[in-house]
Amino acid sequence: MIIYLLCLLLFSLGIYCVLRKRNIIKIIVGIIISEYAVNLFFILVAYRKGGRSPIFSPDSAILNMVDALPQAVVLTSIVIGLATTALLIAIAMRIYGKHRTFDITRINELNG
Amino acid sequence: MIQAVNIVPLFVVVALGGAFIVSLLGKRIKAFPDIMGSLTTFVLFGLSLLAIRLVNVYDVLVYSVGAWKPPIGIAMVIDGFTSFMLVTVNLVAFLIAVYSISYMRQFTSKWKFYTLFLLMVAGMNGVVITGDIFNLFVFLEIASVASYALVAFGTERHELEAAFKYAVMGTVGSLFVLIGIVFLYGYTSTLNMADMAMVFAQKPTSNLVLLVSVLFLMGFGLKAALVPFHAWLPDAHPSAPAPISAMLSGVLIKSLGVYALCRIFYNVIGLHHNLSGILMFLGTLSMVIGVFLAIGQWDFKRLLAYHSISQIGYVILGIGLGTPLGILGGLFHLFNHSIFKSLLFLNSGAVEYATGTRDLQKMGGLKERMPVTAGTNLIASMSIAGIPPFNGFWSKLIIIVAAVQAGFYGHAFWAVLASIMTLASFMKVTKYAFFGRLKDKLNNVKEVPFSMKLSMIVLACICVAGGVLFFSAINQAFLQKASGVLSGGLSYASEVLSALQQ
Repeated sequence: MIIYLLCLLLFSLGIYCVLRKRNIIKIIVGIIISEYAVNLFFILVAYRKGGRSPIFSPDSAILNMVDALPQAVVLTSIVIGLATTALLIAIAMRIYGKHRTFDITRINELNG
Repeated sequence: MIQAVNIVPLFVVVALGGAFIVSLLGKRIKAFPDIMGSLTTFVLFGLSLLAIRLVNVYDVLVYSVGAWKPPIGIAMVIDGFTSFMLVTVNLVAFLIAVYSISYMRQFTSKWKFYTLFLLMVAGMNGVVITGDIFNLFVFLEIASVASYALVAFGTERHELEAAFKYAVMGTVGSLFVLIGIVFLYGYTSTLNMADMAMVFAQKPTSNLVLLVSVLFLMGFGLKAALVPFHAWLPDAHPSAPAPISAMLSGVLIKSLGVYALCRIFYNVIGLHHNLSGILMFLGTLSMVIGVFLAIGQWDFKRLLAYHSISQIGYVILGIGLGTPLGILGGLFHLFNHSIFKSLLFLNSGAVEYATGTRDLQKMGGLKERMPVTAGTNLIASMSIAGIPPFNGFWSKLIIIVAAVQAGFYGHAFWAVLASIMTLASFMKVTKYAFFGRLKDKLNNVKEVPFSMKLSMIVLACICVAGGVLFFSAINQAFLQKASGVLSGGLSYASEVLSALQQ
């Protein structure tokens, strides 16, 4: 149980970082943290107590293995996270080039 | 196994392939990106018309990716709702690609634009075509990442700021979708949507379903720009180049937001009446708040962006009603909105192209210099405001009638009020931009090039014809099928699974 709560804590930390920080880079870091928390949660959901990795070999019978599908799925999700992060950092670099600052209160010109 | 099933993956493959070839050759050959962009989207549009025909013959087409049988492998499904969305997406995408031929001359590196554009189309087609919930997430991210990059395409101060805001909010929204998917997987141990619906039908209802519904409402609601989650839209849509604004407002918020929301709530989880109440409340809220924010705007594209929020409210209200008539009205409004809102954004792009400004106060009397833009804009304005012969009138009428029939008089009242406010704000646009005295500074303004005119005229024709189409046999094949899938609810699962047996 405690491990799920820690996972939730990690997610909340990331979201807190996105909501409260003024530095663009810190916001991006917050997104990465919460993304990893979700990936971790997916792996935890698939975990079986005392389970082993789902690799088939002829000499040992598989009695209790963890769910293999989320592990494959999380790989995809990590790659997607990489693409998003790369794009966010590219935008952040361009913003720094234009404004010479990472402070979002000083680059705030639009008011949606 | 039906032979026709092989058409299903083409919607993603053609678009992805087009993006790949453009990025490979587009830099070397000058006219290549233009030709390839229009050609690819045209092929996709043709395929989507074919899909409508096939759905009428076979009802449901299921393709198993890599010949792995679902629920283990990934399924791609075309049913009435999907083919309806495919036609909407690809029709608008094709006309916008034609428009971009001339418009994007203002920007450098056109091939990057077309690569991202086709990637976005691939993502949207993927979202509507997939039958696997994690696959839906992947395509959602493909389309989203492409759209973040396209919003930043101008790389000026405002574009970058809007893109950053959009990207951060969009990513957080996607995370909520992913958490929802994790919970669903933990509960049902499957990722296939049809299989998932079967499991839901067998298990007793639990509170987890409510949690998942809230997560999806946040995630997809953010993509659809429903009101509490709308803050990114009024910045992102005006900052993008005009064809992309049209694409975002016209189809992206619908295929990523509304489609995914409806598919999951109606066909997988099953609509709870509380949920329906929440959808209707959010729809009404977006409808009213969007239009109130829109009326005070002086930036042409910003005004249109706020109207997107308002019109999405109509769609959600209609679909949230849950009655067959309400769903029909909502879907019809979805189609109509994608046509007239993309037309309006293309008009704003044409005005910006010719005069260099988006400020309504600096325009005036453009009717004399740009007759095509002014005429098509008038048609689109009347459609969005709901003036009788045009398509917007019919869909709004159906939504309001459905609300009254279901006994929601309050919602119907707000829908009428929002429609009147829409009319007022578009009267303002027409008066300030196109009618009145021509300003001296605008004396040497010229009408836009041919390709831009062409796609604006075609869209305007669809606006006029949309109302007529509603009473014809085309409607039977097109709209009734789509709304039938949604009002059919959980029978989606058995239809998909039985189509697999063939």
